[in-house]
Amino acid sequence: MNFSVIICGVGGQGVVLASRLLAITAMNSGFHVNTAETLGMSQREGSVVSHLQFGETIKSSLIPEGGADLIIGLELSEVARNLHFLKKNGKIITNCKMILPSARSSNETYDSEQIINFINKYVKSTICIDFSKIAKLAGNPKSMNVSVLSAAFYTGFLPLDYNDFLKTIESEIPEKYRDINLNAAKLSAETIMLEGNNE
Amino acid sequence: MNNKHFLMGNEAIAYGAIAAGLQFGAGYPGTPSTEVMETLIKNAKKYNYYVEWSTNEKVALETAIGASFSGASSIVTMKQVGLNVASDPLMSLTYLGIKGPLVLLVTDDPGPHSSQTEQDTRSFGLFSNIPVLDPSNSQEAYEMTKYAFEISKSYETPVILRTTTRVSHRCDDVVLEEIKPSNENIEGFSKSSRWAIFPKLTAKRHPILEKLQKTLSNEFSDSEFNFKTGTGKIGIITSGASYHYVNETISNNKELFSVLKIGTPHPFPENKLLEFTNEVDSIIVVEELDSYLEDQLLQLLGKIGISKPVYGKKNNIFPCCGEYSVDIVKIGINKVLDSLKLQKLEISEKLIDKTDIISLPVRPPNLCAGCMHRTVFYAFKEVSKELKKHNIQTIFSGDIGCYTLGNAPPLELIDTCLCMGAGISIAGGISRTTKNSKNVAFIGDSTFFHSGIPAVINAVYNNADVTIAVLDNRTTAMTGHQPHPGTGKTALGNLTKLIDIEGILKSCGVEFVKTVSADDFSACKEISKEAIDYNGPSAVVFRGNCVSIVKSDKKYAIDKNKCISCKICVERLGCPAITMTGEIPEIMENCTGCGLCKAVCPADAVIEVTKQ
Repeated sequence: MNFSVIICGVGGQGVVLASRLLAITAMNSGFHVNTAETLGMSQREGSVVSHLQFGETIKSSLIPEGGADLIIGLELSEVARNLHFLKKNGKIITNCKMILPSARSSNETYDSEQIINFINKYVKSTICIDFSKIAKLAGNPKSMNVSVLSAAFYTGFLPLDYNDFLKTIESEIPEKYRDINLNAAKLSAETIMLEGNNE
Repeated sequence: MNNKHFLMGNEAIAYGAIAAGLQFGAGYPGTPSTEVMETLIKNAKKYNYYVEWSTNEKVALETAIGASFSGASSIVTMKQVGLNVASDPLMSLTYLGIKGPLVLLVTDDPGPHSSQTEQDTRSFGLFSNIPVLDPSNSQEAYEMTKYAFEISKSYETPVILRTTTRVSHRCDDVVLEEIKPSNENIEGFSKSSRWAIFPKLTAKRHPILEKLQKTLSNEFSDSEFNFKTGTGKIGIITSGASYHYVNETISNNKELFSVLKIGTPHPFPENKLLEFTNEVDSIIVVEELDSYLEDQLLQLLGKIGISKPVYGKKNNIFPCCGEYSVDIVKIGINKVLDSLKLQKLEISEKLIDKTDIISLPVRPPNLCAGCMHRTVFYAFKEVSKELKKHNIQTIFSGDIGCYTLGNAPPLELIDTCLCMGAGISIAGGISRTTKNSKNVAFIGDSTFFHSGIPAVINAVYNNADVTIAVLDNRTTAMTGHQPHPGTGKTALGNLTKLIDIEGILKSCGVEFVKTVSADDFSACKEISKEAIDYNGPSAVVFRGNCVSIVKSDKKYAIDKNKCISCKICVERLGCPAITMTGEIPEIMENCTGCGLCKAVCPADAVIEVTKQ
């Protein structure tokens, strides 16, 4: 078994931490795991992508185009930007919120509805939820990354155990932020359970 | 499970060095090498060794050489362009050799993601007669670091551990042994003619150095870091990150190929290569950057008189620039299979081509919201507009750091950028050769200490008409906020003497030296004008705090009733905190209250509000 995941978002959203939490869960489940981030200029509003692969063999740093089983998106337009990495029958779980770039591109207009339609046209199994709202409800908007990741575990989009993910939060997140992140993870799972019935 | 850790390649290298008994570490930050030092600094107390950030790579290496001459196990870290700075001591050191093991960690950056060059440090190993090790993932990075210390010690030679971005910045599960704090005493320096390089000694040492290359080539041929997999008749020789790309590319057609993975590219393990080439009919070389392995292999085959087809960069099978990927490797291998009249490897069916993706928000790199550099650049831009009215051109020479982003629109203020510290010297050259020009050189605080000072001295000595703008944000921001001599703190967090930039400028002989706070736009503009007008070398230290480390409690908003929608704040400043959502600009949550928009607003529509 080998499984490849693209995690994408915008600088500051916590792509790297999400990738680390997923990687450690996979490692503790007995797999080889490797990640590579492209984040050179991310501190300055840039796109961030993490390539994560786990399984029985050691893989290359970067997932080839058309090689990802799953895209986990923290920002909607970044999911569309990385769509060429997805396999033919790959899946997507993403925050439905969009972050507009800074001043300079002010003449360009972007519509999240249009981007969702574009993604849906190619990928039928897309889950797009307002995870920012869930994180805010859980106590801190910054835990959005954990709530998207939690949903990916809970839906079974990842071949790993949801409870193992909760254990990773407990061991990896500093005590100060642990409860908020556990809340975000659980609230997210509950939302998935409720919305899942509509699918 | 307990000894399995999830580590970045750079972290694994640091732990490898500690496991090898590290006693001394020095470096200058540079992506993608920085985390090696960061990890060493974090663990210095626990494992009992000394570590320091140096003012530049040459100084770092020379300091480590001093430690090694005293018998200490030492590491020096830098990126590939840093090795250019350190090449002077390195080229001489190889002749002398070392006492305590000395390992140079040098990171290359195919792509390049954050560098001025795509140079290949393996070729530097060949040039300088230094053994080079080339890992492909974090586990290997850990093991090879330990091995680098071993061979450095046994052969009294410095060793280069070379990585690329995809090895340094990849994270893997790594098995570490139990690492104990180093309790070994450092022997200390003992006087010997061995450590003073004179022509006579060089002549004596050169044959020994050449002989060592042969010895190491033989040792490397037996090394477990060079290994073969598969039994196919098409041989693939590869190294570093490319090794994994190759494995993935051929995973469904393994029977066709044999793969030789080279972990010790220099001195070239000739015997191992000969053994491999004898077992295959044709050879494909897959490597990023220089055609290093390919060149060595072609030489070897020519030397022995073996005639076998070799496919690589030389015959355009693989690109000679840029970073590789599974896709690039597959295209190359398929070209070879095609010419051998064999069936090509399958290209996986993609969901969508990159070119078919709809138009998306562009996110180019930009100076941070509230960055002090934006204020300074804007001030100079305004001054240059005034000078232009008098037919005087202002030319801006940039340097390496965050402020290189001054070339991004809408500021577009950087006319030249070459390497660390070059801005001031280039401005001097232009000032002598371009009529009706005023020349401004920007340099950051860390870069000023790195290699700016000799250029300041040169400008003064030769009375160049340049304005030196020191953009002092009190940190080395681009690489992650490392301290430097102007911060008053050492790598280990101890307080130390703060070296005063103005004092250096004055003692170098600059007569016009002024300091201004970057918070005050109109003062910045005024002093910029004054400094440019000054005949001869002038310097202004623009002082502010990097917004990433000093959090502000200020924030601005736009008074909708006063705003005249001139869009100056949006279109000329390029601040990431200001955006157009409707007719009137909006200041977003990420505003840090620098006040530049307030200073440039002609309608006085920017007001201070409480930050939530």
